[in-house]
Order: sequence, then C-alpha cells, then structure tokens
Amino acid sequence: MNRGEPKLRLQASPLLRQQLTTRQAMLDVLLALMPATLAGIWFFGISALLVLSASILGAVVTEWLFSPAGYRGSRLNDYSALLTGLLLGLTLPPALPMWMAFLGGAVSIGLGKLIWGGLGQNLFNPALVGRAFLLATFPIAMTTWSAQSAPGEFFRIGSSTLAMPFMQPGYDGVTAATPLGLMKFERVSTDLWLLASGNSTGCIGETSGLLLILGAVYLLIRRDLDWRIPTGILVSVALFSALLLLSDPERYPGPLFSIFSGGLLLGALYMATDPVTSPLTPTGTWIFAVGIGLLIVLIRVFGGFPEGVMYAILLMNSATPLIDRYTQPRVFGKGGSSR
Amino acid sequence: MAAHPANPTWRARMKWLMNNPLSKLLEYSFAHGVHPQEHKAGTMALSMQRMPFSSRYLVPVNQHLGAPSKPVVKVGDPVLRGQVIAEPGAFISTCLHSPVTGRVHAIDNRRYPGGMFSLSITIESDPYDTQRIPEHPRDWRHLTADQFVAEIQQAGIVGLGGAAFPSHVKYSIPEGQHIDHLLVNGAECEPYLTSDHRLMVERPDALLKGIEILLHNLGAKSATIGVETNKPDAIATLREHIGSDSQRIRVVPLRVKYPQGAEKMLIKSIFKQEVPAGGLPRDLGIIVNNVGSVVAIADWFERSMPLIERVVTVAGDGVAKPANLIVPVGTPLREVLRFCEGMQSDISQIVMGGPMMGTSVVSLDVPVLKGTSGILAFRKLQRTDSREYPCIRCGRCLEACPYFLNPSRLARLAKARLFAEMQSYSVGDCVECGSCTYSCPSGIPIVQLIRLAKSQLRQSGDTRE
Ligand code: SF4
Ligand code: SF4
Repeated sequence: MNRGEPKLRLQASPLLRQQLTTRQAMLDVLLALMPATLAGIWFFGISALLVLSASILGAVVTEWLFSPAGYRGSRLNDYSALLTGLLLGLTLPPALPMWMAFLGGAVSIGLGKLIWGGLGQNLFNPALVGRAFLLATFPIAMTTWSAQSAPGEFFRIGSSTLAMPFMQPGYDGVTAATPLGLMKFERVSTDLWLLASGNSTGCIGETSGLLLILGAVYLLIRRDLDWRIPTGILVSVALFSALLLLSDPERYPGPLFSIFSGGLLLGALYMATDPVTSPLTPTGTWIFAVGIGLLIVLIRVFGGFPEGVMYAILLMNSATPLIDRYTQPRVFGKGGSSR
Repeated sequence: MAAHPANPTWRARMKWLMNNPLSKLLEYSFAHGVHPQEHKAGTMALSMQRMPFSSRYLVPVNQHLGAPSKPVVKVGDPVLRGQVIAEPGAFISTCLHSPVTGRVHAIDNRRYPGGMFSLSITIESDPYDTQRIPEHPRDWRHLTADQFVAEIQQAGIVGLGGAAFPSHVKYSIPEGQHIDHLLVNGAECEPYLTSDHRLMVERPDALLKGIEILLHNLGAKSATIGVETNKPDAIATLREHIGSDSQRIRVVPLRVKYPQGAEKMLIKSIFKQEVPAGGLPRDLGIIVNNVGSVVAIADWFERSMPLIERVVTVAGDGVAKPANLIVPVGTPLREVLRFCEGMQSDISQIVMGGPMMGTSVVSLDVPVLKGTSGILAFRKLQRTDSREYPCIRCGRCLEACPYFLNPSRLARLAKARLFAEMQSYSVGDCVECGSCTYSCPSGIPIVQLIRLAKSQLRQSGDTRE
C-alpha cells in the first residue's frame, strides 16, 4: 500500500458554492445604512444615538434571551437582530424616550420574528411590527418631532430621551411638524433640497434621502438588493402622484415631494426589500412593489395619517403568501409563453 | 493529431470577437442558470495523452443507466482487448468489452464510485501483449434502422457527458416520429473539464465522421454543434474542417453558463424551443449527443473500436501534472492519479465528473467508468459547509433554476417531510443540476434535499411525474 494514503472526504454535489452568505448579506445592509444613520445622528444630536442604541439593544437582548441556549451564538451571528434593531431605530422620532425604543426593539424581535419561528418564518417585517406597536401604544410620543439640533447643541440630551420608564416624557426641545404633516394639515410644501439632503424634520433615518440612495446603490452593486422592489414602489408612487397632481395641482403634492418625504425611501429601499417578507417569485415581487406604491399614496392622501409607508408595507407583507401562491414560476416545458 | 496551429492573428481575432460585448448578442443561451468560476485554464491547452496500460482493470456491470449487463466470461478465461465480456441485460443496457488483452481474474462485488458496491469483472492484463487490435472499417451506409441500433448497442456506446445513458436507445425512433436535427453537445459547461474541448480540437475529423454516420442513419437533415465560447479554438477548428459543408453542419457559439450542456437547455438555447416536461428531445425531432459519443461512433464504424477508452480530464490542486488523458475504461483511480503525480497524502477530496454534478469518492480503488469525464483531486474541501442559515426567501435559487422550479419551497417541504406535496411543485422535473444549492446564501443543501425526497417518493411508488 501507499505510504500516506490520502484520507478522502465525501460530499454530495454540487461542490461549488457562490461566495455570498446570508450573514454577509445582512452585514452589507448594515454597512449600507451607515451613512444615513450617521447623518441622522449629526442632524438630531446625541439623543438620536441614544435612541438607536436602545432599540438595537432591545432587539439583540430579546433575540439572545429567547433563543434556545445552544443556538444563542449562532442566532446572533447572522446579524439579523442587529439589523432589525437599527431599522426600527431609524424609523423612530429622535426625541423618543429610550425605554420606549428599547421596548420597541424587544417587540420587533419577540412579536415580529420569534413567535413566528425565527428568521425566515415571519410574515411581517419585524422592525415595522415594532414600530406599529409603539405607534399604537404611545401615539403622542411617536408623533412628537423634535426639530434638528441647533448649532452647538449636538451634545444636549433632551429630557424626554432619558424619561423614566412608564412616565410621560416632558418635552423641552423645540418641536416641529414634519414635511408630510405640513403638507397634509397645512398644505405647506417643503423645499426639495432640504428634503433630499436630510435637513428636515422627521424620524432619525428618514430624513436623508440621498444618503439612503447611496447605500442602496452599494447594495445593488453587491447584488444584495432586489432591484424590482424599489423600482416598482418608486415608479408607482411617482406615476400615481403625478396623476393626482394633474387632477388638482392645488391639493396634491408632486411626485418628487412624495418620493423624498417621510419614510418612503427608507421603506422602499430597506424595509420592503426584506427578502423574508417579500414574495419569492419575480412576478410576485412586482405585484408586491406596485401594491405598496399605490397604498402609500392612497393612505397619505386619503387616510387619516400623514404617513402611510409603514401600513402599506405591512399590508402587502400580509398578502405575500397569497401572491407567492398565485405567481409560481411556469415550469420549463409546461406550456404557456416562454419567458 | 496536432493541435490547431497557433496563428497569432487568428488568435487575436478570436479573442477580440469573444471579448467584444457585441459578440455576446451572437451567443445562444437560455434563461436562468449560474456561472461558477471556470478553472479550465490549467488543462485546456494540454493535448490528449495516452497513459500506459496498468496491470489490472475493473469493469462494473452497471456503469450505464438502465439494466446491468450480464457477464459472458468466466474466471480464468483469456480475453482479447475489445472482446465482449458482458452482454446487454435488457434493451436499456449495453455491451461491455475488455479494455485489455489478458485473463479474467475475478467476477465479484467491488467498490464503485459513490460508495456502493457493484458486480464487476476484474481483468488482469497480459504484460507481454502489444495490446493492438485488428482494425477494419464497418459498413454504415447500408444498415436498416434496427441494424444500426444493434451496432451501437454492440459497440457499448453510452452518453459520455456523465449520465451514461445507452446511446442506441436514443436512436430507436418509434413509429411515426422522425428526426430532423442532430445536436452535438460540445458545451462542456462543468468547471475544470476540458476533455470534450480537446476532442473537438484534436479529432475534428472523427467528430465530423461520426456526425456523417449519424445523419445518414437517422435520416436527419442537418447537424448543429453547440460549443461554449470559452473554447474559441474548438469553434474555429470545427468551422475550418466543416468548410463548404456549412449548410448542413453548423457550429453555434453558446454563452458560458451552467447548465448549458443539459440536453433541454441546449435545445432551448439553439432552437428556442422547450422540450415538453416529461418529454424527450425527439418529440421535437431532435437528437442530442455528446461530442465524445459521436467520436466513439466514428471509431466503431471506421476501426471497429468499441467503447473501451475515453478522454478524462485530470485536474485540481491535488495533482502535480494535470492532463487530458486517454484512459481505458476500468482503470483504477489509483493508477490515473499515480500517472499524474497526484498521490500526495494531503488530498482530501476526489471527484469523478465535474464539481457541479460529479460524485466524490472515498476509495482510490474505484475504476474509471464510461461516464467519467474528469477526475479532480483537491487538497482542500471544495465546499466548506460552515453554517446553514434559515432560508431568508431571497429568491436567488428561483432565479438560478433553469427549469423554473421553486427550490426554496421544495427544500422547505422536504425538510418538513411533506414529500407528496412536493409533487404539486413539480419536483419530478428537477434534473438535479445543483444550480439552486450553488446560489443559496444560506447554505441550504437544496438539491440534496430534493434527491432525498425523490428517492422517498420512488420508494413509496408515488411518482406522478
Ligand atoms: S437561495 Fe436559499 S435563502 Fe434564498 S430563497 Fe432560495 S433557499 Fe431561501
Ligand atoms: S437542482 Fe433542480 S431545483 Fe435545483 S436548480 Fe437544478 S433543476 Fe432547479
């Protein structure tokens, strides 16, 4: 026999695999969100940082606590809890009390993901579940928008941020209305450049449209993002609002305002594109995206709230299993058009 | 036969054409699929080379799809190279021939690639024999359809691309059908493999002869050779040899994509037609043959040489001298690796076939089969099965599956052991190409789960495909 006979290992084919892992994909999204996150902190001061940290902490701690002991490391290892916490934090008002943000993070993971059976099983986008919970529970805190921090006030922490749990926060900072609120209730439009650069009132991560787009371009280059979803949403929002604008230029905002205001970009680029809660099939993805676009405009224009992105996405999330069922790909060689 | 002359201007021109984005428009292709790294540079320029005869050969009786062959020799019998040693066990089965002149040493169960055992005929070669066999041409112009089928079965020819489906079965055309086109598969879409590539470059005459014979006997009007564009020298050589016959035989450049060489994908790429699910290419009047099989047909009719050897690409970082070897069928893996200096003890994985659909082996004593297109030896495991994440429904597997299945769904159902339900998601149409597993970022062994489900379904006899 040969000296040093090799020890051979058996593997079932295929033996090759492309490079990207789910963990890497999550990391990529985290990275892509960094510019907008930093901008949010820059605009709203250290309070925003505290709110973000609280919601991330809430998400991660919950994931850790409620994972079976043996799986703890591996569950956190996929970074999905971290991402959920960050996404939630970005949709919160900068002056939200930290304990609420923490609670929101915990609810996101607990009700948004874990009770469904963990990553990949949930029907609704976890971050938005957390946000919907907060909005229903603390409607005032969730709709009190602090103005951007004035020069020299970067390190000032609003008293509301540090409010004790279950105490009503007292607001001391300057509050202001969001561009969408202004539009809806007072019919005042906001300058587009302010909207796009992030220099306006709103949630921490919602304000800086251009930086959100920058991150999305990175994801598109890395092929981590399904381009169909943002395309479908943006195009349908633009078309629908253009139609409305044509019907009554006095009452309705134009397409660009619609796209750059509120949480639309954050939602379209980072929330609706959550692969878990969007359809699997390419056709289904288009239906999903256009549905979200239409719902957003409908809610914003005709609904009671100034903002509709969250509900639009959650509604279409719930339609995802149905969409998937009816858009199964046409199997090769089984009739129909070939495409 | 010499390789095509390395004419620089010709090279440059081909290179320009292949790199020019416009030329992509001229490539033929199908939808979906994946593009693994090709890894062909190491062997694509190496001429085919014959390895010396080894002392012992192992011929398993079920190395083709269908029924195993029945041995017709006894232990101790002397055999001649090319002599029939096993006859077809059924219609879907084929003849086996002795790869050497020598003596039957044993007929017993031996280890077989894939870890199982199979009845095998062991032949000890006669060290003093020249191993030459008389060559004489056979008549192929005056055969009836049945005689032609019998000849091919007699020659032991199977699909040499990997599946080893007996070729004569394809050529027995049922009443009422007729064949218009012969499609010759030179795609060779598996990474690392270059054996078909070398055959096209070095034996274009034999390939064209085989095509001629097939066209004549199948009554087909035209032939198409599909070649992926990463083999520009093969395309050019073939075109040159076809010359003025290009009305009847054409060479089509195919986009480099996996699984371009799957029969139905090839037809889709070239003829823009889909073979009906559950149907055969001949339902569209097409017969698909691998390059190697066509050359084997030429060898049989021109030289009476049955299928006793084939070209095998030996590559991977575990062999010091990669090669395209002409290997007698039945050669133990150990001999091939020794010849290519691939016996380092740090080899951790050996694959027979390509890395996408091949089988990894545990023993060096298994033989080269008719369907073995490559032997790849690796020092490091090719796939590090690190961690499996849950399916995040990213849809990458759907966009990879060339058959437009829903692999994510199939994997989920398989994990839940809902095998029957998988049939409503057309699990039977999966060809196990592995594109889904390749593309899954969560590292889910999708095709492996599908294989499991299929075998469970087969056992429960519940296959409505
Ligand atoms: S590629 Fe993997 S993770 Fe993505 S949908 Fe398919 S099975 Fe799920
Ligand atoms: S192995 Fe089957 S399911 Fe997976 S890509 Fe290939 S045909 Fe589709």
